[in-house]
Formats: sequence, C-alpha cells, structure tokens
Amino acid sequence: MAEPLLDVENVTRRFGGLVAVDKVTLAAPQGRITALIGPNGAGKTTLFSMISGFLKPSGGAIRFRGDDITGEPPHRLARRGIARTFQIVQPFAGLSVRDNIRVGAHLRHRARDDAGRVAEEVSREVGLAAMLDRPADTLTIAGRKRLELARALATAPKLLLLDEVLAGLNPSEIREIVPVIRALRDRGITIVMIEHVMQAVMSLAEHVFVLAEGRIIAQGAPAQVAADPAVIEAYLGHGAAARLGAGASDGR
Amino acid sequence: MRSVAPIVIVVAVLAAVPLVVQSNVTLNFLGVALMIALAGQGWNILGGYGGQYSFGHAAFFGTGAYVTAILQMRYGVNAWPAFALGILGGALVGAVVGALSFRSGLRGSYFALVTLAFAEVLRIVASVAPITGAGVGTLVKLDLRVAALQFESRAIFYWVILALVAVALVVTHLIERSRFGAWLVAVRENEDAAMALGVNATAVKLAAMVISAAITAAAGCFYTQYFLFVDSGIAYGTWMSIEALLVPIIGGVGTLFGPLLGALVVRVLGEAALLVTGGAPGLDLVVFGCVLVLVIGFSPRGLMGGAADIVTWLRKRGARRPAGEAGHG
Amino acid sequence: MLSPIILTTAVLNGLLTGAVYALVALGLTLIYGVLHIINFAHGALLTAAMFAAYFAFKTLGLDPYVAAFLLAPVFFVFGYALQRFVIGPNSHGDDRNMLLVTLGLAVVIENALLFTFSADTRTIDVPYAFQTIDLGFTFLAVPRLVGFVAVFVVALALWLIMSLTDIGRAIRAVAKEKLGAELAGIDVAHVYAVTFGLGTACVAIAACLLIPSYYVNPTAGNAFVLVAFTIVVLGGMGSVPGALIGGLVIGVVESLSGLFLGESLGQIGIFLIFIAALLVKPRGLFGARA
Repeated sequence: MAEPLLDVENVTRRFGGLVAVDKVTLAAPQGRITALIGPNGAGKTTLFSMISGFLKPSGGAIRFRGDDITGEPPHRLARRGIARTFQIVQPFAGLSVRDNIRVGAHLRHRARDDAGRVAEEVSREVGLAAMLDRPADTLTIAGRKRLELARALATAPKLLLLDEVLAGLNPSEIREIVPVIRALRDRGITIVMIEHVMQAVMSLAEHVFVLAEGRIIAQGAPAQVAADPAVIEAYLGHGAAARLGAGASDGR
Repeated sequence: MRSVAPIVIVVAVLAAVPLVVQSNVTLNFLGVALMIALAGQGWNILGGYGGQYSFGHAAFFGTGAYVTAILQMRYGVNAWPAFALGILGGALVGAVVGALSFRSGLRGSYFALVTLAFAEVLRIVASVAPITGAGVGTLVKLDLRVAALQFESRAIFYWVILALVAVALVVTHLIERSRFGAWLVAVRENEDAAMALGVNATAVKLAAMVISAAITAAAGCFYTQYFLFVDSGIAYGTWMSIEALLVPIIGGVGTLFGPLLGALVVRVLGEAALLVTGGAPGLDLVVFGCVLVLVIGFSPRGLMGGAADIVTWLRKRGARRPAGEAGHG
Repeated sequence: MLSPIILTTAVLNGLLTGAVYALVALGLTLIYGVLHIINFAHGALLTAAMFAAYFAFKTLGLDPYVAAFLLAPVFFVFGYALQRFVIGPNSHGDDRNMLLVTLGLAVVIENALLFTFSADTRTIDVPYAFQTIDLGFTFLAVPRLVGFVAVFVVALALWLIMSLTDIGRAIRAVAKEKLGAELAGIDVAHVYAVTFGLGTACVAIAACLLIPSYYVNPTAGNAFVLVAFTIVVLGGMGSVPGALIGGLVIGVVESLSGLFLGESLGQIGIFLIFIAALLVKPRGLFGARA
C-alpha cells in the first residue's frame, strides 16, 4: 500500500485530568474512504479537531503527505488541502448560499468572479444549484449539510474530514447524499468520516477504525469490525457480545 | 452593488450643496455631520463588516487629532504632511491595539472592554503629558492659507471633509467586492468556520482594524484643522467612541451608506435636543442613548436594514395578490 | 517616605477601599456569571445610586447607612425592571446587541443625571465623616471601617440567598445550564431580572458606603466601575471569591501606587493591569471561561 495521505501516530489529548484521546494511531490511505466510529463520547470529534488544527495534541504526531502538521492552525491546514465539516452545522447565516460557498472558493481564487464560478460548479456537485441566491439560514437541515460539504469542497481539498455529515437526515435524504460522497472519492478526494449511521458506514467505508473511551479498539473492513466482540461490547455494554452469541456467523 | 455609480451620485449631490446653501450655520452643521460620518465609516469596517465591536474608537480619532496639532505647533511641520502623519499615527495605534487584542484571542465583550481601556489610558496620559499641553490642551495657530490647510470659507472645509468621506466610501466599496471583504464578513458570521476554510482570522481582523483606525484618525485630523483646538477630553473622550459606533448602527451596520445616513439622523436629533433645552448639556446624549436602545430593539440592522426589510415586505405583498391564495412559496 | 508605618497605613486603607471596590465588582460578576454579559451600565447605576443617597440625606435627612436599607430594595426593583423590560426584550438574545443596549443605557442614565443635576460636584457632611479609630501606630477612618464590615455582611447575605432560597437555586441552575433550566420549567427571564436586580442592589449599597467619604457628580461611578471591571477580569468572570479577593488586592495596589506615583498615574496603573490581565489571562485567577 502506498504511503497513507494522513498519518496519526500515538496522538493523545488531555483536558486537565481527563484523557479524551489516548495514544491513537490510525492512517487514511489515499483515495479511499475511511470511517471512524464508536459510541458517544469516545473522542472522535476531539481527534478530528486535532487533525484539523482546532486543538493541539498533548502528545503524538500527525503527518499529512509526509509533512509533520502537528499543531498547525486550521487556516494553514486548509491551504495544505485539509478541509472539514462540523458536526453542528455552522453556516454563515447572514449570507446567501452562493456567498457562503464563495468564501471557501476564495482560498484558491483571488478574484470574486472566479470564486463565484467555482461556487456555482460546486453547488451543482452537491445539488444546491437551485438555492444559490437564497439566504443560508432558510435552508433545511439537509440543505445545510450540503452547504457544509459544498464550502469544504470549494477549497479544493485533498483530504476531507466529514464529522457526522449524515446526522439529522431522514433515510431518503441519506440515500441521496451517499452517492455524492462516493462521487467525491471517485474523483480522487480522500475522505475520513465520523459516522453513526451504520448502513452508510457499511456501504461507503473501505476501512473502519473503532474508537471507544479514547482508544482504538478495533480496525479493519466494515463487515469484520461489525462482528468484532470488542466492538459489540463498546456499543451495547459489557457482556453483550456473549449474550448475542459473539461474532454473528450469518455474515450480517 | 457592482459599480461605483451610486457613490458618484451621492457624492455629487452632496458636493452641490454649498452651491445652493449659503448659510454658514448649515454648512457647519453638515461639515460636522460628515466628520462624524467619516469616524463612523472607520468603525463600520471593523464593527459592521468585521463584527468586532470596539468601544474605544476615540483612541484613533484622538491620535489623529493630536498628531496633526502637535506636529504643526511643536515641530513646525506643514499642515498637509501633518495630516497624513496623523492618519498614519492612528493606523499605528490601531495596529498595536489590534495585535495585542487579536493575538490574545479576545472576542466580543472582552474586545469591547479592552478597546475602552486603551482609549481611557490614552486620555489620562494626554491629560498630564507635557507634549499634549496636558490639561490645557493644544491650540493650533490661526493661519488662513491653503498651505496651512485652513480656509476662511466653510464651503471649502465642507468639500475637504466630503472628499475624505468619498475616499472612505470607495475604500469600503472595494473591500466589499474583494476577497478580503469576503473573508472579513465570514469571520464576522462564524470565525471557526472561516478558519476551517483557510481564512487567517487574526490577520484579517488586524488588517480591518488598521484600515478602520486610519479612517477614524482622518476624522480626528480634520477636527484639528477645523476647530483649531484639541484637549484630552475632546480627543479621547467617550463621546467620540460612542458617536463612532452609534452612527453606523443607526444607519445600518455593514452597509456602505449606513454611517452617512446615521450621521445625518444623529446630528439632526442632537440639534433638535439642543434647541429644545436651550443648550443644557446631556440631553442630546440621552436622546442618542435612547435611539441606540430603540434601534437595537426594533431594527438591529439600522435604517438601511429596516428599509430593505420594508422593500422585501412590500414585494412579497405585491407578489401574493395576483396569486390570490395563502401558502404560496 | 518608605517607613513601615506609612506603608502599613497605605495597605490598610487599600484594604478598606478595596472592600467597596469588591462590592461593586460583586454585582458585576454576579450579572456576568448568570447572564453572561458585561453590564456596561454598571457605572451609571452606581452614579445614580450615589445621587439617590445624596438626596436621601439632603431632603429626607437619612443617614447613608440607614438609607442603604431603603435604597437597596428600590434599586433592586429598578435593576429588575431594566433587565426585564428594557435590556432583555431589546437584545433579542444576541450578545453583541446586549453590549450595545447596556452601553446605550449607560449613556442615557449618566447624561440624564448630567442634564438634571448639572456637572457640579457635591458632597455630604455627616458627623462621623472624619472620626477615626486609633490603632496605636495609625488611625483608620470610621466610615471606611464600617464599609469594610458591611461588604462582608452583604457577601454573606448573598451567599445565603444563593444556597438556601429557591430563587438562589434557580439562579445557580440558570448560570450553569440555561437550556436545561428552561426545560425544567424555570422562568429564565425572571431569573435574569432577579440577578440583575441583585447586582444593582449591590451597587446601591456600595454607593451608600461610599458617600460619606467621596464626592458625587455625573461621572463619579465611572472611575469605580473601570476598577470593578479590572477586578472581575483578574478575579475571574463569575467568581464571587475572585471578586472579593481581587477587590482587596486592587485596593492595596491602588493605594501603594498612589503613594509612589501620585494620583493620576496611579489610575493608569489600574488600567494597565486591566489590559495586561485581559491579554494574558482572560479567564482570571479563579476563572470561568472567557
């Protein structure tokens, strides 16, 4: 396998006495979709915040395309090609959809018109083209999620960090957005996604890391991880694996 | 707005005023209104477009005023370069205050507090320092020549301040249409999201602060040339800090013409208050304070925002009538 | 100049003044801790209370320490009404708007006082104004001693209210978690207003404690309030012990720097500490989040 695009090595984050992320090591191969799953409070978003520069690790190193990016601020990481969406959507509420996306496009394009053109292209890619001139705060949740995606895409990223981009969407909205994400991977963007919606993880992810209480407890292909007793225990509680007849042999 | 046409029209109309109006009282009134508008235009860049509310913009106004006065009176510098250096001085103070505040990550109330404190420190220093004339202040010698940037005719002063306002309008317009402006507004709306999109928020805020300070300082330099006297209360007192923010908020934060509109309204209200009370101090500021509270309460986007809302509301009513039924769109 | 007696006296006087600063800061930090806004109208309210105490003495013949019992509830109601009917509704819940509304209020109150009473400085004469207590090596002014004790009584009273009464519990709940408190049925607007009222009452009591020794004019409150801001930032936004300890410390610092640097530069010292505190450690020494 080629050198991974993103390399997280023994990264730790402490908040006072609490260890939120404990010596986590993971890698995201280039051009693939990697999922990060785990019960609530496992430290997934904290990990994302460290990768995207919003938090400094207390220990360990993060490498992107071979360069050490540990502790670099978010705007510099964006320039390198790392983009992220937020778990709780953060639109620029007072601006139109077009102007929202344009901010992202300006990273690579100085002129207002060029940025505007990129904004239009990106909006078509995520299916927001009809909403371009609407104020961002009139969008539905599904629309806002697409806007988060569009803004990040407009920065022409090589690595896209999606933080629960499917949360709050109903099944048909999920069905519509999954192909959009897959198409991004197909055109060469490496994706790391935090996700709770298991059907999406199963169908999209090529590799899965499971985080519980700040530590990686399992990793591998989706089906393999789903059958792992340690993973079942993390989600359903101590002893659940045994009660369920650990390691579903019917290939669920 | 794509073109500069609206700016040209507004400035042309305003420039024509002295050709029609001869009364010195009116020209004085309008000249001061434009000066306050200029100070407000400065605040508007940082506060309106950038969303960082400074409660101490007097720090820049006063620096512009004092530098212009002191360079002329103590160092014999010609009025024109003194004016330019006053603007530079204000920009420098802005850079220092901005660098200290933004690098420490100060936002919101904390930023407002720290700017207030800086203005107060400057006021106290100016009230005791020998170079500013301490409590007595600095008097600029009357010298009615163009070379000394002083004019007998109020009309010429009016055109000078109008020219400065026009420059500020163009600068604001250019910012609105530029990448810097898009980034600035993004920082205002959501700083974290902006950073995730590659915006260096600290650098953007600092740049906005410097531009903002320079524009407000220009208003201070004008004050010195117009009134020929400055002391610590005039230069760094809270009255200017309040007017600099009041004017864009009433007129419309983050809009191009907001500060101009707001300045006109504030000046009219101020004069009306003085007329009613026969000059007793305090009532005009009471009125300003009430207007501030009412504007925030009923039309937070100021007069321009309120006007835009009314236009949108009228449009919606017009569109609904032909359709004839509810629940449409 | 640096004799231990002079220094000690300066320190003691600093503690006494600092206690009153602490009371003003207490009101400010209480309001911040619960409403999460910096009340820019605090200084104007202090000035208004000082005028009220002045006129209570001049027209009603009320001794300031007695007037405190009248003015505290009056100003509580005033503060309650301000938050409930002016600040709350006009802010639409936006922090930036609240900043501006409290600023607007400050301008209105201060200038209404200026307009009504003119800029003249006034003082009152109480018989005990110059009485002192002889400590052997130095003298301490009686009004300041009374003030010192009164501040701790008020702090204790506040603590009792917070811990033992229903409204106190509600206030603590809202301070910790507004949304949860709302869902639990607590009337947040009412709690906010009560808190603002308590903060204003603190300021009213502080005014009564100050007036025997200080002058009154429309900008008198500002000097105290900028000091109070400094204390609140140093001691930690929302921290009551921070306000008390911070107040005492600042009082001593001011006294000592006045001794070495003279009046006006002493004032700058406070501001520079303030700016430094904001820049270096906005959370303060006992800090809540910035």
